[in-house]
Amino acid sequence: MMRFARITSRSRVPQNMPHSPFCGTWISLVLMILLTLCLSAQGEIRFPPPEFESGYTFPQTTSPAAQPVYREYIDAAVLVVGLFLASYLILKRRSRRAVFVLMIVALLYFGFVRDGCICPIGAIQNVTLTAFDSDYAIPIAAAIFFVVPLVFTLFHGRVFCGAICPLGAIQDVVLIRPVAVPRWLESGLRLMAYTYLGAAVLFAATGSAFIICRYDPFVGFFRLGGNWNILIVGASLLLIGLFIGRPYCRFLCPYGVVLRNLSRLSKRRVTITPSECIQCRLCENACPFGAIREPTEDWPEGEYRIAKKRLALFLVLLPVLVAGGVWGGYTLRNQLARVHPRVRTAERIYLEEAGKVQGTTNVSDAFRATGQTFEVLYEDATRFRGQFGLGGALLGGFVGLVAGGKLIALSVRRRRTEYEADLASCVACARCYRSCPKEHERLKKSKEAVVGRA
Amino acid sequence: MADKQDNMNRRKFLREGLWGACLAGVGTAAGLGVARSNPDNMVWQIDPYKCIACGNCATYCALEDSAVKCVQVYAMCGYCDLCTAYLVPEPKALDTGAENELCPTGAIKRTYIEDPYYEYTIDEPLCNGCGKCVKGCMIFGNGSLFLQVRHDRCKNCNECAIAAACPSQAFKRVPADRPYLLKGADHKS
Repeated sequence: MMRFARITSRSRVPQNMPHSPFCGTWISLVLMILLTLCLSAQGEIRFPPPEFESGYTFPQTTSPAAQPVYREYIDAAVLVVGLFLASYLILKRRSRRAVFVLMIVALLYFGFVRDGCICPIGAIQNVTLTAFDSDYAIPIAAAIFFVVPLVFTLFHGRVFCGAICPLGAIQDVVLIRPVAVPRWLESGLRLMAYTYLGAAVLFAATGSAFIICRYDPFVGFFRLGGNWNILIVGASLLLIGLFIGRPYCRFLCPYGVVLRNLSRLSKRRVTITPSECIQCRLCENACPFGAIREPTEDWPEGEYRIAKKRLALFLVLLPVLVAGGVWGGYTLRNQLARVHPRVRTAERIYLEEAGKVQGTTNVSDAFRATGQTFEVLYEDATRFRGQFGLGGALLGGFVGLVAGGKLIALSVRRRRTEYEADLASCVACARCYRSCPKEHERLKKSKEAVVGRA
Repeated sequence: MADKQDNMNRRKFLREGLWGACLAGVGTAAGLGVARSNPDNMVWQIDPYKCIACGNCATYCALEDSAVKCVQVYAMCGYCDLCTAYLVPEPKALDTGAENELCPTGAIKRTYIEDPYYEYTIDEPLCNGCGKCVKGCMIFGNGSLFLQVRHDRCKNCNECAIAAACPSQAFKRVPADRPYLLKGADHKS
């Protein structure tokens, strides 16, 4: 109250005010300042509310209630039930049709009914901020949404991606003519997702921004309106998604990065065949997401020698890439720090004070009105820049490490005797089951069993 | 063959170990989440004493029709005839003529109460949250008009797009059972 009174009386001089009790000499202004400082509570009332003779009473300011907290618990319950159901339909029932229905229901509920917020992808940032900022209290729904799909992935693979995630679902339904993406390209493009995850963690940890939410490409579709630039990005992704299945999931989704790596360890997961692989090659093109790995022969002698050299080169290159990433991330620290509003304010104020720019902006005006000293602001900015120096180096190192690891992974060939779903890339959509003749055998048998019982 | 078996076991052991470590990690995240979570639902709100009525609320909201609207605390209003929130700086007349109105959408209703007092009410569906009236009221009046996030409209985005664009960092999270920061007795700045 005190602060507001001072601001109004210092910077806003009433002018041209026939009805004002303070129509303006300097003496009355000084008096007003003294008065407002003494009587802070009354300071902001320039024109005391009238005492009405007509019996008029002040109406109440309406205050519509916020959404009750139990809605979030319902969402969490729907998530858990949905994931159990997804696990059952994908791993036990092995029915693409049922998975599709569940996916549509999840898309309608988490997408269109609940407006795409909160989702596990964005919850990464809430969890990160909780770890780094002791003043931040994470919404319980965000914690649940972050943890539950991870647990399910450790047990059942990426059932969340395949059947529950509304962002995955909206891309899955538009896929009409899948085009294969070469494995090296897929792997390279996926570096974007790792970078996105690293950047999201960096910006959330420093309290700068929640970039995953800011650039969520599909939330505008769920809400039927939003920022045009992001709607255009979302529409482009859906257009690409007509031919390249789930481009956001495969090349951008930061939560997908976490899930795919946990999925490598999962207890149970999608197996193309219900019994044994007869190497009929019928499933070879069944996966629109390039997640089916064919059996591999040993390297031919000549190729093997080249591959060995290549692997050695990449192993040497790995520390170079990490070092390069660290250097690049550290070099970009000032640009990265600019995402933080405090740093931007400090830079603007500095330029204004140094006379390097003319005029003021809303940001600098608002800062000056708070009455904080420049020193405090500059100290904050320096501290954030320091944080971004360390964080940028870590981010760059992480990206370098992933890039190097990918190069190495691409040049190592693991012996495989069967066609199988890739541990990491399989999003558990259940499309491949129907291509396996053994699956048809199984279905026929179970049908006969049902008929026989009847 | 024995060698291979051994190898498989080692790999299996590593996998199991990693799996356990990951589960422990997820458990830690869950523990941290529960320990540090806020049982109160938190929602976005504007601190009216920090708001500078810059106009970003009208354009940056994720919704087409911004969730931020102007509110009137009647007990603070001066009920002035010459209302600097309602009228343009040099009005032709002190009346409801469109040419005299400051509000770009005509969302402020001016009602005669008794001489010389007029009541000013916000027609919320028309208000776009631009804050022109707020500025007028703040600079020359009592500041009884100010912007608030209306929770019947707000989607409570994880990151509020307006908060990210707010030049004075006036947006903050408040408990959902007390979701408004109205000027007056109940608000401490």
